[in-house]
Amino acid sequence: MVSEKKFKISINDRTCKRCGICIAFCPKKVFSSENGKPVVVNLDACTKCKLCELRCPDYAIVVGGEEDEQ
Amino acid sequence: MRKELEKYFRTEKLPHIWCPGCSHGILTGAVVRAIDNLKLDQKKICIVSGIGCSSRAPGYLNFYTLHTTHGRALAFATGIKLANPDLKVIVLTGDGDCAAIGGNHFIHAARRNIDITTIVFNNSIYGMTSGQYSPMTPKGSYATTAPYGNIDRNFDLCKLAQSAGATYVARGTVYHIPQLIKIIEKALQHKGFSLVDAVSICPTYFGRKNKMGSPVKMMEFIRDVSIPIKSAEKLSKEELAGKILIGEFYEEQAPEYTEEYAKVIEKSQEGD
Amino acid sequence: MSSKARLMQGNEACVEGAIAAGMRFYAGYPITPSTEIAELSAEMLPKVGGKFIQMEDEIASMGAVIGASLTGLKAMTATSGPGFSLKQENIGFASLTEVPCVIVNVQRGGPSTGLPTLPAQGDVMQARWGTHGDHPIIVLSPSYVKEVYELTIRAFNLSEKYRVPCILLMDEVVAHMREKVELPDPSTIKIINRKKPDPSIVNYEPYRDYDGDGIPPMASFGEGIPFHVTGLIHDVTGFPSTNAKVTEALITRLMKKIYDNLDDIVDYECISVEDAETVIISFGSTARSVLRAVHLMRQEGHKIGMIRLKTIWPFAYKAIQNLSSAVKNLIVAEMNFGQLVETVRASAGGRFEVSGLNKFNGELITPDEVIAKVKEVMGRA
Repeated sequence: MVSEKKFKISINDRTCKRCGICIAFCPKKVFSSENGKPVVVNLDACTKCKLCELRCPDYAIVVGGEEDEQ
Repeated sequence: MRKELEKYFRTEKLPHIWCPGCSHGILTGAVVRAIDNLKLDQKKICIVSGIGCSSRAPGYLNFYTLHTTHGRALAFATGIKLANPDLKVIVLTGDGDCAAIGGNHFIHAARRNIDITTIVFNNSIYGMTSGQYSPMTPKGSYATTAPYGNIDRNFDLCKLAQSAGATYVARGTVYHIPQLIKIIEKALQHKGFSLVDAVSICPTYFGRKNKMGSPVKMMEFIRDVSIPIKSAEKLSKEELAGKILIGEFYEEQAPEYTEEYAKVIEKSQEGD
Repeated sequence: MSSKARLMQGNEACVEGAIAAGMRFYAGYPITPSTEIAELSAEMLPKVGGKFIQMEDEIASMGAVIGASLTGLKAMTATSGPGFSLKQENIGFASLTEVPCVIVNVQRGGPSTGLPTLPAQGDVMQARWGTHGDHPIIVLSPSYVKEVYELTIRAFNLSEKYRVPCILLMDEVVAHMREKVELPDPSTIKIINRKKPDPSIVNYEPYRDYDGDGIPPMASFGEGIPFHVTGLIHDVTGFPSTNAKVTEALITRLMKKIYDNLDDIVDYECISVEDAETVIISFGSTARSVLRAVHLMRQEGHKIGMIRLKTIWPFAYKAIQNLSSAVKNLIVAEMNFGQLVETVRASAGGRFEVSGLNKFNGELITPDEVIAKVKEVMGRA
């Protein structure tokens, strides 16, 4: 899916333990589960509330592209 | 991990040892984010822990870190803070570590109002030893050592801290994470003994034994039973049964221990 | 500063020695017969800018001492038997994490609450093996008030030098006795401070043996280098490991840093042993009665001598092994049911008859009792 948004949501496969918390509690249903693994399916809906990032027990999610981090 | 947070972690030690869905990682992240939001001097922060799942947190954090004996984190931390009051001292502990074997140190650190922030990773169970009941396990819950249901009554750690003399007392949960980060920030800025009772989940031992389902289901449970203190005021005792009250319970400015000791030094040297 | 003679109690000499050695932190809990050490520390420490705290229990005071030492302060606690038992948990922590600290144990009659105000030497084995697991420890025992002062300084020095908890094992008699003491000019006292990491070290590893002497240099919390300290078995970086090789290397280094330096650590006094046929081994206040007995029996022409241990652990094996073959009997005089005697027996290796003179009723071993024991042993020979 091509997104209008300038930022991205990155998920670190190495540290993600597939707990599903990000998928379940995203207020905008941005994620979907692929055998437990979160995948971004609706980036356009993301409001960058970053609850997924704050609630990730494994620091595996970063919401926002490089321009956001400056 | 977000780039600006990497300096606070010993990233080479990650991924951490905690189980999938264990919210101790969320809490450790909240502590780091609070430190980052306040722009505290990393080289002036000492993090001390006891024994248990929670107490492994300092090992992942890039500060002066001390992993002590079971329950004793506050005793070591008291020595550190009194010896070097310039250090910001944070104790990360668990419900068993803090409220059972460390209970005496906890009430006395609170009584002295020594400037230490204590964050209790409260998951209602001894996780490291695989699921025995703690002083924070709700009555009626199951644990490996409570196979017929727990008959012990549990502590309200916030009430305990407040009556022991703590001057900042608050409770948050791993579901209400932005609020929890704010609470930790306030605790870190508070001069004196501050307690944050951080309600956490243990899907592996508490969750399974009590048939609570997945980490997501446990987070939903916490979400559904939590009530802000203000809203709770309007509820009856019956309505409050089984609820988790969250928010700031108490805040007071009172003489801090190491500052009082500085006066002792001054007094002892008068007339020399 | 001119030194002048003072009538001083053992516990008082301990605090004077500690402050002279550089003690700047004390955490303790009240217990007879060591309480004067806490009281005097509370009074004297703030005067030199140091810190005193009375903790909620014995365990906490040991923890606070270790915490303070990790920030770079020289720290001490004092207790007696029941408190010594409680402190063992964190003494083990200090041994494994190599945090210098001094623990004074003014022994009283035990076990349990025992005889709070009466003397004993019943903690000899607990001082060595009180905490669980293989661990290094140094234990010193003074016999005179002046020596309490000297050995307290030495306890700090050895603790700092070898990064090991050092126990000053006193007994109630030495602690509460008053004697005339002339304190030395502070400038003449030799003070040893812990080795700090060389500033040229990049990526400091807190448990790396940089100098090959088995003693890693020690940074302090607050100095700018973040590092991790844990009571788990750890590698040179300070982080936990369950690797067999790492574990073996750590425990071996911890033990060897003591056992490779016995000549520096072990101290004892030999009196009239050159031609002795009977040698009495003792320490603490008991050694005073033994000395009197040796003196009296020498006057009667008996070939008798003594070894007075100032370091109890590590044990003075050499002192026993170096005894001439003229020696027939060894007697170990101690206020307990027989503790050090077993170690002496092992050191003797069958060369000498070894017997114990033991008293464990809260009363001192008197010179007469020593003489009677020597005569009994000589009569047997």
